[in-house]
Amino acid sequence: MTQTQNKHGRTISKLILAVVGMFGFGFALVPLYDVFCDLTGINGKTKGRYEASVETQIVDESRTVKIQFITHNNESMPWDFKPTVAEIRVNPGKMTQVDFFARNPTDRRMVAQAVPSLSPSQGVDYFHKTECFCFNQQVLEAKEETLMPLIFVVDKALPKDIKVLTLSYTIFDQSQFDQSGFDKKAFNQNKEDQVIVAGSL
Amino acid sequence: MSTAVDINAENNHDDHEHHGPAKGIARWLFTTNHKDIGSMYLWFSFIMFLVGGCMALTIRAELFQPGLQLMEPEFFNQMTTLHGLIMVFGAVMPAFVGLANWMIPMMVGAPDMALPRMNNWSFWILPFAFTLLLSTLFMEGGGPNFGWTFYAPLSTTYAPDTVTFFIFGVHMMGISSIMGAINVIATILNMRAPGMTLMKMPLFVWTWLITAYLLIAVMPVLAGVVTMMLMDIHFGTSFFNAAGGGDPVLFQHVFWFFGHPEVYIMILPAFGAVSQIIPTFSRKKLFGYHSMVYAVASIAFLSFIVWAHHMFTVGLPLFGELFFMYATMLIAVPTGVKVFNWVATMFRGSLTFETPMLFSIAFVILFTIGGFSGLMLAIAPSDFQYHDTYFVVAHFHYVLVPGAIFGIFAAVYYWLPKWVGNMYSETMGKAHFWLSFVGMNLTFFPMHFLGLAGMPRRIPDYALQFADFNSIASVGAFMFGTTQLLFLYLVIHCIRKGEKATDQVWEGAEGLEWTLPSPAPYHSFTTPPEVK
Amino acid sequence: MRSRLVHWAPTLLLPALYAADVSAEYGLNMPVGVTDVSKSVFDLHMQIFWVCAAIGVVVFGVMFYSMFMHRKSKGAVPAKFHESTLVEIIWTVIPCVILVAMAWPATTTLIEMYDTSESEVDIKVTGYQWKWRYEYIGEDVDFFSALTTPKDEIYNKAEKNENYLLEVDNELVIPVDKKVRFLITANDVIHSWWVPDFAVKKDAIPGFINESWTRVNETGIYRGQCTELCGKDHGFMPVVVRVVEQAEYETWLAEKKAAAQAEAALAAQTFTLDEMMVRGEQVYATNCAACHQPNGAGIPPAFPALKGSPIALGAIDKHLDIVVNGTPGTAMAAYGGQLSELDIAAVVTYERNAWGNDTGDNVSVKDVVTFKNK
Repeated sequence: MTQTQNKHGRTISKLILAVVGMFGFGFALVPLYDVFCDLTGINGKTKGRYEASVETQIVDESRTVKIQFITHNNESMPWDFKPTVAEIRVNPGKMTQVDFFARNPTDRRMVAQAVPSLSPSQGVDYFHKTECFCFNQQVLEAKEETLMPLIFVVDKALPKDIKVLTLSYTIFDQSQFDQSGFDKKAFNQNKEDQVIVAGSL
Repeated sequence: MSTAVDINAENNHDDHEHHGPAKGIARWLFTTNHKDIGSMYLWFSFIMFLVGGCMALTIRAELFQPGLQLMEPEFFNQMTTLHGLIMVFGAVMPAFVGLANWMIPMMVGAPDMALPRMNNWSFWILPFAFTLLLSTLFMEGGGPNFGWTFYAPLSTTYAPDTVTFFIFGVHMMGISSIMGAINVIATILNMRAPGMTLMKMPLFVWTWLITAYLLIAVMPVLAGVVTMMLMDIHFGTSFFNAAGGGDPVLFQHVFWFFGHPEVYIMILPAFGAVSQIIPTFSRKKLFGYHSMVYAVASIAFLSFIVWAHHMFTVGLPLFGELFFMYATMLIAVPTGVKVFNWVATMFRGSLTFETPMLFSIAFVILFTIGGFSGLMLAIAPSDFQYHDTYFVVAHFHYVLVPGAIFGIFAAVYYWLPKWVGNMYSETMGKAHFWLSFVGMNLTFFPMHFLGLAGMPRRIPDYALQFADFNSIASVGAFMFGTTQLLFLYLVIHCIRKGEKATDQVWEGAEGLEWTLPSPAPYHSFTTPPEVK
Repeated sequence: MRSRLVHWAPTLLLPALYAADVSAEYGLNMPVGVTDVSKSVFDLHMQIFWVCAAIGVVVFGVMFYSMFMHRKSKGAVPAKFHESTLVEIIWTVIPCVILVAMAWPATTTLIEMYDTSESEVDIKVTGYQWKWRYEYIGEDVDFFSALTTPKDEIYNKAEKNENYLLEVDNELVIPVDKKVRFLITANDVIHSWWVPDFAVKKDAIPGFINESWTRVNETGIYRGQCTELCGKDHGFMPVVVRVVEQAEYETWLAEKKAAAQAEAALAAQTFTLDEMMVRGEQVYATNCAACHQPNGAGIPPAFPALKGSPIALGAIDKHLDIVVNGTPGTAMAAYGGQLSELDIAAVVTYERNAWGNDTGDNVSVKDVVTFKNK
């Protein structure tokens, strides 16, 4: 190999490494994005399950915070889904439970995932869910209905200028991704039937 | 800077056969010669420019008047999408690669690119990629219809079946660009003639070196984002789907991390070309060579930290919005420095206005206007009123058409006599320039007003108050488009019937390429020249 | 030459005297708008515009001067200078200073735009393909707002009216001089809600909630559009907001609630086939015709034909299932959540009898309720 070819070899190896590295970086952006959102609370993604301590539950009687609840069904999600109360006033530090009504009006078993979003996003660090139906997928049989709990506590350290927190849940149909081993074959057959029928028109 | 070259090198046949180029189609399929490959890139890019231009004309024809006259909204969305993809990936980028292939070896005194066979593959991937992309228009469900920026979930859950072919096409184009960039870097770093230090390189070479590093950094990220799309569509992942714990905004972050440096990739080589041309026709050295190099490097570095200015309305937190606003405003500084340096080069020079100079001057003025609308867009509160309106369309067409495209025209007019050995017709060149200049401004200047008045982007029909400026824009578009046929005629006429050109070609031209004969020999600088 | 520049300067400044909001009237400039925020945004816009114009005049002025005075044909001999560190520093620092000066008012305006606290009315705005849904939080008022421009106008068969493409069936009504907070999300793909006169634009992202706010100073009707490509009818989902005095707002709110109750009461009545067909045709036109076409032919395979379809001609329950629950994995949404039971009964009745389908079925509200509760 000539000297130039050696030099080329070194340059090219470094560049190919850079290319592979940047491709990996693109994928690394996915967890990095979540970490960044977690650290800063931006984009309204609420945190996971919160372990409440005795400390957390000392109630601050001096002020209340209004919590609004909004729900939304993502496109073809046919469930009835709404909070039992539209809004509630709580003292920071007071553990509170609010139930959400859900009903599956179809004649097949379905699996749903509720995705929370909190606004303003500065509030994310101070809104703690100790129990939430959004932690797991929810399964409802045909025509079944239920009340799903949300148990939360607002941190006393919530900045005084935040007086309203709006918690929004969007519910998605995740029946095709059900991990609890339901009759996927029957579900797919049902879905195919509908599509075939729809497509043959 | 340049000294005598060993002109007898071409007569020495002792090392390897110089039979000249092969005959027939085999020549073009198998060539490893940088001049041949450069020519293929340039012809390919021009054809793509005309194809993308026809799509633009269908868009402007539909938008000539309010109401839906010519096409349904579904087809309109395919036209806007493909117009963008073809112009970005099929016209502008390959044209710059073609210029790089032709000029970099000659400008640094090298006999060819570092990796000539990879060079051939880099080119030949492109016709395949674009045939695939264009064929989606004829497939069931229609072609990609989600904008060239293909945001999820419109481009994942709600996309037509052809989205998979779109993804493969993008992968192929990306591989081509990455291989080209590797070639450029290896050539520039390892094959410069003795005496040509980095700070003696022509600015065109500098801008291409930096562009190549940008390509290496961001094309793989584009590959990553389309792969994530592919996985969401076909393999049940949820990168961009909130239902599965993903986020559509993540798509935008990853896309624009690629997308912003991409627009600098599309302009830096034009900066380089114009930096060669203005000194020639001012008969005066480029003002502030060192500053110019540092400015390009600063622009490239800053381009990595401004991406979210494309996302000001997405719901970024306040501090994020402020950071991206400040960083974006900052890019105006090195860009301004470059504009001042070009003007200072012209100032107290001895100016003549041949076609390359006309295009270069128009570049400086009109690109700067595009830069001004860019600075306005950087101001986040006002961006809320401009975002996704025709104001943005006006901005990027000003920086891309009189920016990148005029830069390419300037470069082609400048170097064509060296490539072909004949002068082009100066009368036709000037006609092409003036018609393009008027046509372009007629088309895009009214779009500033349309955006300010409230017209959104990507709509096939609009409210009545937008009608007048839309008609003017459409007339301008047809004028601009038809003029490019004049350019095609001019190039063919030059090749076949142009007057013989001298080796120097332009009185004020300096650089190694001008020490070669016109046309440049098939193999040049087989023995490297001495650079003092 | 210098005196010539001085002579021309006032003329160049003429455009400055041209009242900026007058040019807005002629569609040349951004509207000043009707909120304090929109005025701040307009001011910022004009400030940066004048800064750019001034820089442009100077830079292009030098260029044109050069092109005229330093032409070779005029005998100009090129100078030898080609660098100056001092000059480079000067024209780096001065732009930096200008930019910092611009960044200051931009920052204060942005901080103001982000302050959604202490709102008096909260409205959830949801972007759908291809219409908006407005829900007044805490008020039980919830309705869709869709384009009403007739297809004939769009396809050039009828003359276009003054508010072509900017008119809807149900406007968003808000009170003047009150802080209104918008909670914005989307049902399917990303949309964006924009009212230029308020300087409010925010993306509507499925699964996430975005906030914005406004306080409007003048009553009136304000029109905007969706500003994020969302599919085929992206250009056909306008935003219309009517700002009224508080008293009128309260009256409207009460009327809306009463209308909702009346709708619910209607559900208890029975209707003839003809009455259902009339209502069903309206519901179909607003909700279904975009995809399934006014003539029922659809655009197969993505949007199946309803004319002659086995579903419309077959079992009523299967037909109801598709309309109420949607078809997962396709573009057919679940209308159970969007339409009242009466509207569902009407549209299903219409689909089963229009275009020669002629089943004679008169699907009632009771049928829909029974189906939903099975």
